[in-house]
Amino acid sequence: MSVTKALPHDAAKLHVTGAARYIDDMPLPASTLHLAFGMSEVAKGTITAMDLGAVRAADGVVAVLTADDLPFANDVSPSAHDEPLLSDGAIHYLGQPLFLVIAKTHLAARKAARLGQITVAEETPILTLDDALAANSRFEDGPRIWIKGDVDAALAGAAHRLQGRIEMGGQEHFYLEGQAALALPQDDAEMVVHSSTQHPTEIQHKVAEALGVPMHDVRCEVRRMGGGFGGKESQGNALAVACAVAAQFTGRPCKMRYDRDDDMMITGKRHDFRIDYEVGFDPEGRIVGVDFTQATRCGWAMDLSLPVADRAMLHADNAYHLPAARITSHRLKTNTQSATAFRGFGGPQGVLGIERVMDHIAAELRLDPALVRQRNYYAEMAQDQPAAPSEGISGKKKGRGVRYGGAYSPKTAVQTTPYGMEVSDFILGGMTERLLQSCNYLQRREAVQAFNASHDYLKKGIAFSPVKFGISFTLTHLNQAGALVHVYQDGSIRMNHGGTEMGQGLFQKVAQVAASRFGVSVDRVKITATDTGKVPNTSATAASSGTDLNGMAVAIACDEIRDRIAACIAGLHQVKADQIRFADDKVHVGDAELDFAEAVMLAYVNRVSLSATGYYKTPELQWDRIKGDGRPFFYFAQGAAVTEVVIDTLTGENRILRTDILHDAGASLNPALDIGQVEGAYVQGAGWLTTEELVWDDKGRLRTHAPATYKIPACSDRPDIFNVALWDQPNPAQTIYRSKAVGEPPFMLGISAFFALSDAVAACGALYPDLQAPATAEQVLAAIGRARG
Amino acid sequence: MKTAFSLNGEAVEVDTDPTVTLLDWLRETRGLCGTKEGCNEGDCGACTVMVTGEDGARALNACILFIPQLDGKAVRTVEGLAGADGTLHPVQQAMVDHHGSQCGFCTPGFVMSMATAHRNGRTDHDDQLAGNLCRCTGYAPIIRAAEAAQAAPVPDWVMDSAVRHECALYSLGEFADWYADNPDATLVAGATDVGLWVTKQLRDLDQVGFIARCPELNKITRTDDAIHLGAGVSMTDVLEAVRDDYLSYAEMIRRYGSVQVRNAATIGGNIANGSPIGDNPPALIALGATLHLRLRDAERSMPLEDFFLAYGKQDRQPGELVTGVTVPLGQAQHRVHKLSKRFDQDISAVCGGFNVTVADGVVTQARIAFGGMAGTPHRAAAVEAALVGQPWTVETIEAATARMGEDYTPMTDMRASADYRLQAAQNMLRRYFAEVSGQPVNVLEISA
Repeated sequence: MSVTKALPHDAAKLHVTGAARYIDDMPLPASTLHLAFGMSEVAKGTITAMDLGAVRAADGVVAVLTADDLPFANDVSPSAHDEPLLSDGAIHYLGQPLFLVIAKTHLAARKAARLGQITVAEETPILTLDDALAANSRFEDGPRIWIKGDVDAALAGAAHRLQGRIEMGGQEHFYLEGQAALALPQDDAEMVVHSSTQHPTEIQHKVAEALGVPMHDVRCEVRRMGGGFGGKESQGNALAVACAVAAQFTGRPCKMRYDRDDDMMITGKRHDFRIDYEVGFDPEGRIVGVDFTQATRCGWAMDLSLPVADRAMLHADNAYHLPAARITSHRLKTNTQSATAFRGFGGPQGVLGIERVMDHIAAELRLDPALVRQRNYYAEMAQDQPAAPSEGISGKKKGRGVRYGGAYSPKTAVQTTPYGMEVSDFILGGMTERLLQSCNYLQRREAVQAFNASHDYLKKGIAFSPVKFGISFTLTHLNQAGALVHVYQDGSIRMNHGGTEMGQGLFQKVAQVAASRFGVSVDRVKITATDTGKVPNTSATAASSGTDLNGMAVAIACDEIRDRIAACIAGLHQVKADQIRFADDKVHVGDAELDFAEAVMLAYVNRVSLSATGYYKTPELQWDRIKGDGRPFFYFAQGAAVTEVVIDTLTGENRILRTDILHDAGASLNPALDIGQVEGAYVQGAGWLTTEELVWDDKGRLRTHAPATYKIPACSDRPDIFNVALWDQPNPAQTIYRSKAVGEPPFMLGISAFFALSDAVAACGALYPDLQAPATAEQVLAAIGRARG
Repeated sequence: MKTAFSLNGEAVEVDTDPTVTLLDWLRETRGLCGTKEGCNEGDCGACTVMVTGEDGARALNACILFIPQLDGKAVRTVEGLAGADGTLHPVQQAMVDHHGSQCGFCTPGFVMSMATAHRNGRTDHDDQLAGNLCRCTGYAPIIRAAEAAQAAPVPDWVMDSAVRHECALYSLGEFADWYADNPDATLVAGATDVGLWVTKQLRDLDQVGFIARCPELNKITRTDDAIHLGAGVSMTDVLEAVRDDYLSYAEMIRRYGSVQVRNAATIGGNIANGSPIGDNPPALIALGATLHLRLRDAERSMPLEDFFLAYGKQDRQPGELVTGVTVPLGQAQHRVHKLSKRFDQDISAVCGGFNVTVADGVVTQARIAFGGMAGTPHRAAAVEAALVGQPWTVETIEAATARMGEDYTPMTDMRASADYRLQAAQNMLRRYFAEVSGQPVNVLEISA
């Protein structure tokens, strides 16, 4: 079967030959125009005059549009309709698009965009968390608060109590391909939009609103992105809408791509957070109650900040049973870029909060932090559960299959999360034991101590951290997907679904699913661009859900066609349809066999439809986000990492020396692609917490707006020794071939690098280092100062 | 401006404005879109191409490479990396086999860097690929691919050689006269700085003089007691020139820019642009290097530190050329410490050059200079004074570090705070003392 095979990315050969086409590479009609935004130079105020004479007069300029020129919706928000494409007079952040230049070349548009004379009545911007809290500048009427148990009583009765605070910076996506879009006007008011987006339906929707047409007049197509990471879930709207509006205005194709600096100045980034905590625990380090206050800078528009902040709350427990908890979340509105989706979607911030608590407890009790973590784990999934069937497809089997928490519950009482969901599939206990053993954690911890005893200036640190990540969109209705599969009379297959390819290998994994359903090799399956004209009403490819949702939808479509072929062949051979087997590129009928293509041709000439749609929705979800209660997730994906680092105590410079990871991808559909996700996510997560620092000045200008100043990990920043393995146990939940989502969860394994640095710093003195993120060399040196007192 | 070069084996003659970049020309004029624009400033490597000249094959960033810089060279892009029959280059095949691409956007740049390193027999993959950013893979599979391909023979189709020059070359005298006659012209050496004036500041440069047209500026001369580096010598060649004598300086250069940047950037450019955060000046000031200038036929020389008068102001007359720098040999105690957010390819927050001579346990001479600590790179006079004549001990070092604040009042910016800069500079002196005393101080030398 094609699934489980470690096949290369479907476009690998196109990538290495430069033949993979991205939007900026598309051949353009000769009349194509190019766009650029004129951007605000101040962070807050009201435009009193806009002199665009020089812009209009600049070489190559065809037209300049302002908000007044937009005939229909001036909005590119994915949520609250609070994000004008072009400023309506109010300025909300430095970098905000104010006017749109339409010019003959990309360079001409960029040059002209800088010539606007904008007069602004400036106001004092709200830039920091404290500014926003003081001004009560927030989204929603007040903080969200979720409570489990009696936290105050638990804290009051605890043998030990601690409080602390951790600040964590945001993160620039730094997708290598910047945002880009191309609009091609068609006849009869139709608009075709090529967009580098994770969410084609959203592009279609926002473009239709802006053009004043029904969605059926807009078609969005996405073959691939050069990286997304959440940064193309909503941030491509502005370019696509700008292109469509300009194309409608001029009647000519319009293309827009951001220069890297503009991209970083205009688009949103990961939410930065500050988490305050007070925790009560017993002498063994077990938490009896914890009180978290999370505050996050959402920037100027709502975008996706509410579900991001929700997910931070949903991961305030990470892998740990919290008998009593209160989680308070402030979603603050500031005059900065509108923070947006980024791999993990608030989860990493919530996880870092509780992991900091674990580290702090261990330091207080002088215990091994790995031991404290293990003691606080949720109860393990019972080991005597029946093995999951490997080919189950939900909707095709009777009943619910393997279901935990009901009549087949493990012997111990099932524990619940702070939001009332039973944790019935927890496997980190066993994973942790295996990982700590395989990487010789205990011996290496001793070796680290020995190293530190014999070195004055260099100190090593080692740390373990786990992740348990909830899989499903927390906006429940998004958990649906569609697919369209055609089988042609020569036996070749063309596959389309709502998921988008941003490098994660979704297309290949889903093609492997399709090939497996038909029992053919994957080269029979043609992967095609995501297209809102083929599969409608898609959800963003986000929340790690791409394979779970689209893989299932494609499987359902394939099965429909396969069953029709089987019925046809069975009829011709006078056997029952369930005696027909599809395998090895053949259709087996008892002892006889047909080539797959022969069987398809037979079906065709017998007038069998060889095209089908598939539709899937994730079962069992129900969630009340205001109360913080229900089952928002279908299952949990889990992982564990150990990282060893060394620091220079004179400058704070540091290196990751070794990382060992054991990650749970369920029964992996493609171990090579899944391991690729784990390696990449770890390095990206470690980057978030080390070298990647966003700096705004006191005017609200982002000072780190290019790779010269914003430092994502480079080649040598990956761990010297980097061991990654998959925990190969089928998902008890009925997912596609019992696999698990893998896009986001391993990002949080980078947290082990942060706590390894904290461990190394702790070797410098007796006090808790109180390390803040990102742990740049400067932060590490400051923490060394604190550790020494 | 007329330029002749070869592109994937085909002879090309073009007449362009002097600041048209190779990247734009490839993509917009030639329709060769395999070479990608990732950052348009030479920091991500997505636009890497292989350029072969008389000095061999080098990886360069096409986004800040002006077409006239290619005169007489052979350019190979990702479209020309596989064989004519479609056979993949060994690094391409290895990238497929080892899952080295995910989104694929950085991949053409990676394979061009890898192919160039492969052709040059380089197996220090982390260094060779430090200038190529990947956001998807975490680099591990890319390195596995590079290792898998390293032993394969170099395909003959990538063995380009230099072609005939279109542009005339100038003697130093001619070039100096031209510049004196055109003092407002912009001199372009590697364009790693000037390139951004064009791609980011969108400046139109009316008149451009290419340093490479003057071969005398590209020479390295070595005598018994000094190395003379012409202003147009690339940092790649500077690294090789100083490696045997000044390993610590060479190690700093290894982390300076990336392969692509060092292949373009020149020692003269790094000095002449007067940046307070250029990495060569502190290293060279600590070595007691001498800078050479020329206005028409008037030559003069000065200690390098005297060149930097104030922020943005150097001791250079209109129309005067920086022609080179002389680096004295024989100072084994010289060390350079570069401090930046990221180890590789990052601009320094602080860069310190240290050169303390000790005889019979007493400091006889001290040359210490920092970049990133003031508006110009300059010597730590008070610290040096506190060292000279004193015993070479921890106590002396402590007394000297206490005086760092007299020498520098650093600023806070996005790279570091003022306090951190000062503390780190003080600690670098402590680290220098520990290092020359034989203590392990370098995190890069530690393994798990």
